[in-house]
Amino acid sequence: MVVTLTPSSAPVAPPKPVRDRHHRGVSRWVVLALVVLGALIMLVPFAFMLLNAFKSPSDYSSAGPLSWPTEFYTKGLRTYWTEVNFPLKLWNSALIAGSVAVLGVAVSLLNAYALGIGRVRGRLWIVGLFLLANMLPQEALIYPLYYVAKQVGLYNTQLSVIIIFTVIQSAFGTYLLASVMGTFPRSLLEAAALDGAGKWTVLWRVVFPNLRPTLAVLLIFFFIWTWNEFLIPLVMLIDNQTQTIPVALASLQGDRLMDAPTTNAGALISLVPAILFFLIFQRTLARGITAGAEK
Amino acid sequence: MAVSETLAAAQPAATPPQPSPGRRRRGRNAAYWLYLLPGAVLFILVIGAPLVGTLYLSLTKWSGIGDPRWVGLDNYQQLLHDDVFWASFRNTVWMLVAMVVVPTLLGLLLAAVLFDVIGRRFKPRTAAALRAAFYLPQVLPVVVAGIVWGWILRPDGAFNSLLDAVGLGALRHDWLGDPDTALPAVMAVMIWVQIGYPVVVFMAALQRVDPELYEAAEVDGANWVHRFRAITLPQIRPETFVVALTCTIAALKVFGPIFALTRGGPENATNVPSYFAYYTFFKKLQVGYGSAISTVLTLIIVVVAVVFIWMQARSERRDRGI
Repeated sequence: MVVTLTPSSAPVAPPKPVRDRHHRGVSRWVVLALVVLGALIMLVPFAFMLLNAFKSPSDYSSAGPLSWPTEFYTKGLRTYWTEVNFPLKLWNSALIAGSVAVLGVAVSLLNAYALGIGRVRGRLWIVGLFLLANMLPQEALIYPLYYVAKQVGLYNTQLSVIIIFTVIQSAFGTYLLASVMGTFPRSLLEAAALDGAGKWTVLWRVVFPNLRPTLAVLLIFFFIWTWNEFLIPLVMLIDNQTQTIPVALASLQGDRLMDAPTTNAGALISLVPAILFFLIFQRTLARGITAGAEK
Repeated sequence: MAVSETLAAAQPAATPPQPSPGRRRRGRNAAYWLYLLPGAVLFILVIGAPLVGTLYLSLTKWSGIGDPRWVGLDNYQQLLHDDVFWASFRNTVWMLVAMVVVPTLLGLLLAAVLFDVIGRRFKPRTAAALRAAFYLPQVLPVVVAGIVWGWILRPDGAFNSLLDAVGLGALRHDWLGDPDTALPAVMAVMIWVQIGYPVVVFMAALQRVDPELYEAAEVDGANWVHRFRAITLPQIRPETFVVALTCTIAALKVFGPIFALTRGGPENATNVPSYFAYYTFFKKLQVGYGSAISTVLTLIIVVVAVVFIWMQARSERRDRGI
């Protein structure tokens, strides 16, 4: 269908578009208005959050959630910051997500090297196995992991969560990198082999530099995904000393201490790192997505 | 399965292979097994063994202390007659609507409009800014989204105040506290959370499409609906498969938002298998029963994934055939 459209019509360009543009002069503004309205609806909850994070509890209870704050109240923010010991939670989240991102990429790279470049026997089944592991519900793993972690003394340590997510994320990374490496130019590998480079040297001197953009994207994905994970940290990290930001926020919920402004302040502080990280790296991400699409 | 294969094949790699060309090639490949070794060991420890453990525990009765008692298929038998279990799967169907069907359809429409109308009739920056607005909920931790929405939908929350403000105060409601409205409210939140993902993926996919296709169609007098059906949909079919598969699996596994919004309540109106399993493991301390729930959920996900991947492969083969 698509194919027949192109060649027949390509030569006759000039007259019709004028009529066409005229035709749509008004409707395009209607479309724009509708999409903008949709986008505003998407942003409303963020606006509510901002508006109420800087309100005093008495202001909230007397004037309600929609009114403008009567004063610039920051005690809610400070209460949350100190009650939750937010800097510690931030550190825990960063430590866990950062370690998982680096280790997960390293494991994915080694796995994918054997599967995509080494083309070991049965690689399709192995890649499929890794892919399924990434799709498994975490409930299917959690109780044995919880039990064993308790037995070996890893329960309530960040290390337990780091190990678990390194494997879960690298399951996806292996799948992605193996398909990328499957199309790696053979001539480059052969040239390196002729120069007497061993497999280890080829991996680090030839394959790694070429895949750096893809690896960067993978690193960012692993970081964000791990940062946002909930079930496994909720089960594994019970202590104020070890909890991550989402777990800390969720365990405060329902607590008497959390009045509406503090809830909003907590949510606001909790999403700032994620948004900052996204803003800093969105160009890398966009580049990576385009690179992936071309493959 | 892959375990024994990995270990067996890692062995010969240690002895240097003798040079007959065919053998040398195989020997070289065998050496790559060494690179798979760390990943394989970790995989067995963190995924393989616990999975087998859960499967075993699903055939036992166990509170987490002492020794598990073998009961065969009793847990599964009990599941068949458990109303909560069935309710949780009924709710999953609704979560599929909220997390797969609506976001994929809306996302297709939005991406096409943003790309084909707004991106080409207005400045590209306009389309990019709008795309960012739709994507923003995807950036924040889903638990944070759950907590903010939980507050918005509370009896004294922002949504009810908004209804008051526009003169619809009669509709004031405890949206998440009433069994009749809790599920639709959770679904609305999930649509809000999910919508940005297909929009961004589909827009990236559309950038790949040759703009001449659209221009030519326009010259031919094809209106927007024609172009959408004849160009946009077929061109981004691979991405549609990926989005539908990943969203389906996310919907089957959904946990964080349910935990943050309703904890499965009221009266199991929003319970899902994932939360039901968590609750059975850690609140009711019925490890065997929880394992049976997890095992059923795992089976469903594996079957869905395999069917999806098979369908995708078939559609790709058909495309190449044309």
